[in-house]
Amino acid sequence: MLKFTEEHEWLKIEGDIATVGITGHAAGQLGDLVFVELPEAGATFSKGDSAATVESVKAASDVYCPLDGEVVEVNQAIVDDPALVNSDPQGAAWFFKLKLADPSAANALLDEAAYKELIG
Amino acid sequence: MEDLSHLKHTPLHALHLSLGARMVPFAGYEMPVQYPEGVLKEHLHTRNAAGLFDVSHMGQIVIRPKSGSVADAALALERLVPVDVLGLQEGRQRYGLFTNAEGGILDDLMIANRGDHLFLVVNAACKDADFAHLRNGLGESCDVMMLPDRALIALQGPRAEAVLCELWADVASMRFMDVAEADLHDVTCIISRSGYTGEDGFEISVPADSAVDVAERLLEHPDVMPIGLGARDSLRLEAGLCLYGNDIDTGTTPIEASLEWAIQKSRRAGGDRAGGFPGADRILAELANGVARRRVGLRPEGRAPVRGGARLFADAEGKTPAGTVTSGGFGPSVDGPIAMGYVDAAHAENGTRLFAEVRGKYLPVAASTLPFVKQTYKR
Repeated sequence: MLKFTEEHEWLKIEGDIATVGITGHAAGQLGDLVFVELPEAGATFSKGDSAATVESVKAASDVYCPLDGEVVEVNQAIVDDPALVNSDPQGAAWFFKLKLADPSAANALLDEAAYKELIG
Repeated sequence: MEDLSHLKHTPLHALHLSLGARMVPFAGYEMPVQYPEGVLKEHLHTRNAAGLFDVSHMGQIVIRPKSGSVADAALALERLVPVDVLGLQEGRQRYGLFTNAEGGILDDLMIANRGDHLFLVVNAACKDADFAHLRNGLGESCDVMMLPDRALIALQGPRAEAVLCELWADVASMRFMDVAEADLHDVTCIISRSGYTGEDGFEISVPADSAVDVAERLLEHPDVMPIGLGARDSLRLEAGLCLYGNDIDTGTTPIEASLEWAIQKSRRAGGDRAGGFPGADRILAELANGVARRRVGLRPEGRAPVRGGARLFADAEGKTPAGTVTSGGFGPSVDGPIAMGYVDAAHAENGTRLFAEVRGKYLPVAASTLPFVKQTYKR
């Protein structure tokens, strides 16, 4: 199941694990990324908490946790090469995997059609 | 989308849109922050070839002496800036600062001697205040005019000379900080060999109605790429150059800002025309006795950028304040984070290890000399 947030994150949900990243639209708006800071595996977040930081040449931006849960894995590849977020934002450049506290909460997020409408 | 309808446009506005620029508000103008290539490529292209910048939002001011003698305009302007203007030869330009009575900086600017008048380029956000300040200070002896009908185009980078040579061959004979009048395809321009990137390059003052024509001719050259404000900022930061409002303002003095090189001998204690500018008492005392804090470069040890506003500490626990970052980001040519800021004199020595507060962590940074890249001016 693929879901989106109004803060431009995507979630690929398999069982109670959500793989989270930022959308191609968000990556395009941010421009060339030069730094990514990810949470530690084991960290727990509530929906809306700042879970990661991305920085372009110009500015730093927060990446919000889309649902309540615990980080079980992070993607070191985007820390080593932040440009991957610009080149493959919805594939190889996932940010972290989240064990969802309540998988059914994902139903309230946007589906792909609703997200496309949001970004116009 | 942000409403930009109240903002002013430069003569190149439509050209920016046609080039696919992303427009943002800046100093009351709608300006290109980047083009489709993006900040990183634009930055590196400027260092490797040539970049074209629209800086038409900046103020262009002419000071014409009523006596007809440019020395009178120079002496009048010297009452507002701690700069040797009288000693500036015809066809030469130098950097200057408007100071206030407390020794703070009202704006930074370029001053050119154009033979029978002085030509100033000032910051967009300050230009109306600068103009009023000049009229008040110089109005009796000089006519002060803001040129509203001119664009300003910067061409910067190692290929700038070769590109501009195709429009005006004599450009090759200009040295850094020379100013000359030139006809580029029948358009009379004022060209200075200067810029805001640390690279060799030119700033070209063009009549507004010819600005698109000149810009398009330059952009036709395969070595030239349009460059937005994003890369302009990273280029100037690598070059160690101040951004007014960030790195210098009315709360910083020229000596705190490490800009004493802009105060020539003749305006210092013992000089022919020592003092005589606003804040001279404080500024000359600081030159003699030193200051409590200095603007220095800062090199974060890791990869995380340290931005303007971050607080600096002498220790990794954030107990002993040591200063503040005023500009910071990522330097594409340095290939790492860079910053500048004000540091207490005790911690300002090159190589001193400090800690910057970023998102609740204290990241190690080293006080550093500026610039971060080698300047390539044609002296």
